[in-house]
Amino acid sequence: MALLEIQDLHASVDGHEILKGVNLTMNAGEVHSIMGPNGSGKSTLAAVLARRDAYEVTGGRILFNGKDLLEMDPEEAACEGVFLAFQYPVEIPGIGNAYFLRSAMNAIRKYHGQEELDAMDFLPLYKERMKLLEMDEKLMNRSVNEGFSGGEKKRNEILQLSMLEPKLAILDETDSGLDIDALRIVAQGVNAMRSPDRAFLVITHYQRLLDYIATDFVHVLVDGKIERSGGPELALELEEKGYGRAEADVQQALPA
Amino acid sequence: MKTAAKAMGNERTMETQTGRLSKYFEAYEDVRAHGLEREPVWLQQLREDGWARFSAKGFPSTHDEDWRFTNLAALAKTPFRRAAKGEFAVSPAQLEPWRVAGAACQLVFVNGHFAPELSDLGNLPEGLLVCSLAKAIDCGREGCAPEGIEQHLGRYADMSRDVFTALNTALWEDGAYLRIRRGVALQQPIHLLYVSAGAGAEIAIHPRTLIIAEDASQAAIIEDYVSLGSEAAFSNAVTELAAGQDAVISHFLVERENLASFNVSTLRIEQSRSANVDSHSILLGGGLVRNNVHPVLNGEGAECLINGLFVGAGRQHSESASGQHGASGQHMDNYMLVEHARPHCNSRQFYNGILADHARGVFHGRIVVHKDAQKTDAKQTNRNLLLSDNARIDTKPQLEIYADDVKCTHGATIGQIDEAQLFYLRARGIAEADARNLLLYAFAAECLDRMKDSAAREFAEKLIRERLQELVSAVQAAAPAATQEEAQNWEELG
Repeated sequence: MALLEIQDLHASVDGHEILKGVNLTMNAGEVHSIMGPNGSGKSTLAAVLARRDAYEVTGGRILFNGKDLLEMDPEEAACEGVFLAFQYPVEIPGIGNAYFLRSAMNAIRKYHGQEELDAMDFLPLYKERMKLLEMDEKLMNRSVNEGFSGGEKKRNEILQLSMLEPKLAILDETDSGLDIDALRIVAQGVNAMRSPDRAFLVITHYQRLLDYIATDFVHVLVDGKIERSGGPELALELEEKGYGRAEADVQQALPA
Repeated sequence: MKTAAKAMGNERTMETQTGRLSKYFEAYEDVRAHGLEREPVWLQQLREDGWARFSAKGFPSTHDEDWRFTNLAALAKTPFRRAAKGEFAVSPAQLEPWRVAGAACQLVFVNGHFAPELSDLGNLPEGLLVCSLAKAIDCGREGCAPEGIEQHLGRYADMSRDVFTALNTALWEDGAYLRIRRGVALQQPIHLLYVSAGAGAEIAIHPRTLIIAEDASQAAIIEDYVSLGSEAAFSNAVTELAAGQDAVISHFLVERENLASFNVSTLRIEQSRSANVDSHSILLGGGLVRNNVHPVLNGEGAECLINGLFVGAGRQHSESASGQHGASGQHMDNYMLVEHARPHCNSRQFYNGILADHARGVFHGRIVVHKDAQKTDAKQTNRNLLLSDNARIDTKPQLEIYADDVKCTHGATIGQIDEAQLFYLRARGIAEADARNLLLYAFAAECLDRMKDSAAREFAEKLIRERLQELVSAVQAAAPAATQEEAQNWEELG
């Protein structure tokens, strides 16, 4: 059974149809990349997968691990193993970073009938993972993302990913705005998490990230549909020629 | 013709008001009869002045600028009466839920009367005088001496400005008297528990608290209002706090009465040179609450922090016996008046409001900088979270500055729970109710962060956690009902 099966997915925001029939199948252990121009629906797809309710699904279905994902609340999807690394992580003043993450871990553990972690179990692991991501330990007691630099916010997303150990990790333009050092650190964090039980959906604008994260499949999303799929070589081709060709193909494909 | 009719109408209104105030007059007669026997002349005079002031003015209307957002019709209409000492029995077991862990001592007042059998005066630390104010005045006459009550009582709280202070001055029967001796620093908080227990009767209580913090003393005081049972009560409290030079005092007002009750609390703080006073107001209960905080920075280098959290919900007044509020929820009116009377003083006001359902909040932040108060640094911030379309906040800053070298800032915000933050938490697996609770708590915690680490702060934290949990559960429970209602509307329309 595939880990994720998206079938003919249609979704709208404020009455505008953004996704116009997306089909995608992912197996555990695979890394898929979605590339495409601005406004093609990449982030909408990520948001729908994370069950954000501002995005209205108007057609199609999504099976996650054989279960109907569209029936799930965001928290249920998260507990089932869907993780979204946000493009723009929000700041939450007043909630400590470590406290927040432990609450999240315990919510998920509780969902699976596991015992909750106390601070003594949690902290050593948390500190170790922070070190791997070259994050300042001081960030631990600061409020969630508050006053973090852009790079620190993205690393904090990967830190959460590494602690929550999801089945499906969606990275929504995690590379955008990062300098090459930060990009390398983030990619290392992701690579350390690769496993036969886990799949990654890497949404990106640039081929650059794929120099650091080896991808198995590349999909090109244009105007709400996956227009082309291929191996990693497709990313290189897109980098060279731009999305122009894919878009031109769409134009041609439209009935006269 | 029209004019005459109008005049007659006014007369009738006056008459009705006098009729409604008759219970207060009865109480005044009782208190005065008792006072003539036992009280010193200066106190009798004070009461007379208070009564004259109140009976001349009556309760304020919304035409009064200071009461523009708070309608007292329901309070004026309810025939609140005085409770005699011992009229309603309260057992120690009934008070168990209201104790504060880690308090140095606890004074309990039931319906305005000191209840020594319910109080715990424990091992009072050296240098602390704690007793009933009525008793202190009584023994003063016999010469055994809590000195200086006359110098302070009624000297700060202003009867001419505020009729509730006048009413309290006329009718108070007891309250706490605290004197912290020069240089004494108390580690644990002093808990003053004011209990209303009407058991079927609607009782008015006028607690009077006097706190004298001598030079360089240090203490935390929790003034706590609770009700046993569900009857409406009217607590009209006045506290005068005189902070001597270099004194460091934290005052906590905790309002957790039942939702049918009215509470008007006035805290008047007088600060000497370099005195440092924190006022923390935690308003969680009560149907109609008016919280007056009035510090006067009357010595160079004095500093005050006026910190508060008010949490309102519900539509309880429609269900209560005194159901004049119609469909309204808790009403929490905060009236701050910070007076800078001397140079180089510093004041900070931070009030956070959380209003759900039909609750209504008011924040009136007035800062007065006197002519000589140069180098004043005054700041005021009021932040509000509205959790429903029916909740409402009126916030009003008012700066009066008569000096020319001052720094005064004010700001207010009104918002809802941030959907992006909520989604972020949920996307990490945290259930919606828990996520809302976390966000509410984070907002409320801004108020806790401004309290010094202490048993008092732990107490406040526990109360706030419980109240917010309750609020979130109520909102969750109400949600399916709303959906049903919507469905019904839709059906009817279809």
